[in-house]
Amino acid sequence: METAPKPGKDVPPKKDKLQTKRKKPRRYWEEETVPTTAGASPGPPRNKKNRELRPQRPKNAYILKKSRISKKPQVPKKPREWKNPESQRGLSGAQDPFPGPAPVPVEVVQKFCRIDKSRKLPHSKAKTRSRLEVAEAKEEETSIKAARSELLLAEEPGFLEGEDGEDTAKICQADIVEAVDIASAAKHFDLNLRQFGPYRLNYSRTGRHLAFGGRRGHVAALDWVTKKLMCEINVMEAVRDIRFLHSEALLAVAQNRWLHIYDNQGIELHCIRRCDRVTRLEFLPFHFLLATASETGFLTYLDVSVGKIVAALNARAGRLDVMSQNPYNAVIHLGHSNGTVSLWSPAMKEPLAKILCHRGGVRAVAVDSTGTYMATSGLDHQLKIFDLRGTYQPLSTRTLPHGAGHPAFSQRGLLVAGMGDVVNIWAGQGKASPPSLEQPYLTHRLSGPVHGLQFCPFEDVLGVGHTGGITSMLVPGAGEPNFDGLESNPYRSRKQRQEWEVKALLEKVPAELICLDPRALAEVDVISLEQGKKEQIERLGYDPQAKAPFQPKPKQKGRSSTASLVKRKRKVMDEEHRDKVRQSLQQQHHKEAKAKPTGARPSALDRFVR
Amino acid sequence: MKVKMLSRNPDNYVRETKLDLQRVPRNYDPALHPFEVPREYIRALNATKLERVFAKPFLASLDGHRDGVNCLAKHPEKLATVLSGACDGEVRIWNLTQRNCIRTIQAHEGFVRGICTRFCGTSFFTVGDDKTVKQWKMDGPGYGDEEEPLHTILGKTFLLGSCASDRNIVLYDMRQATPLKKVILDMRTNTICWNPMEAFIFTAANEDYNLYTFDMRALDTPVMVHMDHVSAVLDVDYSPTGKEFVSASFDKSIRIFPVDKSRSREVYHTKRMQHVICVKWTSDSKYIMCGSDEMNIRLWKANASEKLGVLTSREKAAKDYNQKLKEKFQHYPHIKRIARHRHLPKSIYSQIQEQRIMKEARRRKEVNRIKHSKPGSVPLVSEKKKHVVAVVK
Repeated sequence: METAPKPGKDVPPKKDKLQTKRKKPRRYWEEETVPTTAGASPGPPRNKKNRELRPQRPKNAYILKKSRISKKPQVPKKPREWKNPESQRGLSGAQDPFPGPAPVPVEVVQKFCRIDKSRKLPHSKAKTRSRLEVAEAKEEETSIKAARSELLLAEEPGFLEGEDGEDTAKICQADIVEAVDIASAAKHFDLNLRQFGPYRLNYSRTGRHLAFGGRRGHVAALDWVTKKLMCEINVMEAVRDIRFLHSEALLAVAQNRWLHIYDNQGIELHCIRRCDRVTRLEFLPFHFLLATASETGFLTYLDVSVGKIVAALNARAGRLDVMSQNPYNAVIHLGHSNGTVSLWSPAMKEPLAKILCHRGGVRAVAVDSTGTYMATSGLDHQLKIFDLRGTYQPLSTRTLPHGAGHPAFSQRGLLVAGMGDVVNIWAGQGKASPPSLEQPYLTHRLSGPVHGLQFCPFEDVLGVGHTGGITSMLVPGAGEPNFDGLESNPYRSRKQRQEWEVKALLEKVPAELICLDPRALAEVDVISLEQGKKEQIERLGYDPQAKAPFQPKPKQKGRSSTASLVKRKRKVMDEEHRDKVRQSLQQQHHKEAKAKPTGARPSALDRFVR
Repeated sequence: MKVKMLSRNPDNYVRETKLDLQRVPRNYDPALHPFEVPREYIRALNATKLERVFAKPFLASLDGHRDGVNCLAKHPEKLATVLSGACDGEVRIWNLTQRNCIRTIQAHEGFVRGICTRFCGTSFFTVGDDKTVKQWKMDGPGYGDEEEPLHTILGKTFLLGSCASDRNIVLYDMRQATPLKKVILDMRTNTICWNPMEAFIFTAANEDYNLYTFDMRALDTPVMVHMDHVSAVLDVDYSPTGKEFVSASFDKSIRIFPVDKSRSREVYHTKRMQHVICVKWTSDSKYIMCGSDEMNIRLWKANASEKLGVLTSREKAAKDYNQKLKEKFQHYPHIKRIARHRHLPKSIYSQIQEQRIMKEARRRKEVNRIKHSKPGSVPLVSEKKKHVVAVVK
């Protein structure tokens, strides 16, 4: 009859025959009674609190336990983890072999933490400090909860592993297509379009739609999953670059003379004559800004929601050919022929930063989606990966026989670059590490030299634009498996797209807020705080937050004579003085400790160092 | 070779029929939600602007009295019943939901100085200028004329606070029938009101345009001085939550103050509303009623942009989110400027400017006196201590 699994070790053993008092058979609706006999093992420690939280059940049990359990007949509001493990018996009498809350991996919790605890805030009042502590505790709690909710993510990322030392780079696309299910195999296709020149392509933000433009004027937009063509036109002019705007409804095409905006039905909507001879386009989705780099050396930002040019910055570096955006902070990276990469924001006339990357000119730049790594390739045949957060130093370098062109990062951190007509993909160890350039993960040869590369968002697919047309390659492990339905949903309906568009326009970030750290708005504005404080001191004539001078409390019974008051004041003054001296000594120690490790060898000039 | 491609079954992501809800899978990974802080900032800005757009606090005006309304009283059990006494001795009972007068009684010959209701709600007392205190039955039609001498009850049981015309506030102990403490201020206090949630806190509405919140246990310094009115403050009433109170002033406005702040969060005024004599906050903490000199009782919303009635769950969620956003970003300069902006009638506005100049001048002189005298000879007195003259046990 007993089919319950064996209980864990911390359950008291069954009553042996030595014990005289026979235990009443426990009904499944009754709670565990407290073993009153001396012979029974104590079991795990039980606190009175847990006993009080147990719910009151049937009337007879209630009468029995009335004296022990509290009178409140409430269902316990505390989470289940706090209950005594002994009381966790299920209906069948089984016991939870893993009592307590489930463990959560620390890295996952770290992912959701947003407060930088190492940062010191300026000295504030006790009230502010207590509120900050409360906020920090809350943040920890919520990040644990968010880490637990990761369990609900339905999809797993793809992978490709070679057996027994097999090199994954030698696996060809045909093999992968054979080994994979039909739906995924259908994602690999080739469009042979030799007539209209090398193609550049762009996927929409949800990854559902593809737009491509050939050098001789062929422009098309289609839903590549269902292979439904939205429009196909020839603009009768050279097409240099093509981009989707915020949704699949609008296309921006950089033609020979000016910038044109088309509908997805092929209707020309706008011809923007202020942006002339544009070579490259980038769309900043959360700011609704279209950044254009032109041959005249100007970087122009066009706000597509109101149709105004927000900023036209002169990069003062000649022809602008190489442009990429950093999706993490919406900063534009421009590559120049003197080997530098400059970082631009529409708020400033000068670049935010300039990084010297290569000995020759910079051929191509790409930044990964978290804004941590930047891949650059130069005319010196080198492919470098830089660290963008913190030190702007190269993390890894690789000399390639052909220079790498058109690098691109995938959502999960894979890097692709085109070398002639061969496409190379490099992968990293995990999601957080940079791709290792030692060995490529996958390679593929195309029918012509490569002119455009982009990973499809949320899919394990790489789109390649080359002189022979468009190829869609399978790259297992490239796409983010679990999308967020409210941000970009590839399966959204027309109504959902309309609602999303309205909300996105309402929370459009103004261009002035673009800077290197996107969380800069959340920081305490220390400069203004200190300035305000100075002004307040000036206005009031004294510092209201300064410590008031010590006033000895008046005491009774003759303890308040002048001499004793003076003595008390003296005591406090000496104490403060001692504290100050101690602090200054500590600071000196710190300075010396910092200074020592830098100088390894003693030199003759040390005697002049202060 | 082991290979697996990411392939999704559209059946799991697209709804089955038109009558189903859309499926929205969520992933809270911060990498998928870039620009959190700027987007939330813009949402907070929008929420603040919309709050100002929807801020329409005036609800109704109850017409009927033939002289200025002098005092208001709430029914302890019925939310919709309100009693008001006028300067010609008339007492009216109103129904707020139907916005009409249920009953009229000619109670006194002269001003009705005070009304208060019994806790059980069956009767109420009126105090008049004709030296009588009368007790009346709550439900009509007839009225009884039983006269019983009683004090005006303003406080909690056992403890009574009263303000007198010699500028003091006296606390009495009912059990021993003795005065407990007395605090003397600069100018006369018009009304005091006890905090319903923290029983030892009371707020006094003073003639010197300020309100003082005192802790009964330490009467030498007020807990907070509330300064925003430009004329004598005539009445004060607490919200049932105990976190805010409303004050009526001789300048023709009413202001809502949070208990822990010295500045008001809201000001209500109308061209037609003249000197506001009495104000009350309803027991469901949603509405404010004020009776003024021009014979009208006005009904206002306590939160000006609140939507009344039953909200759907989505509306509630959106409202809570917007509230939290406004709270989180309240200190940013653009948002603060929009949230603080109120239109004021010219008289109040110019009075504020004038009084600011006067205060500034006084403060400058104080600072100069301290700067140019021996350090320590001129004591620095905090704003709170300046107004209390003495405390007498």
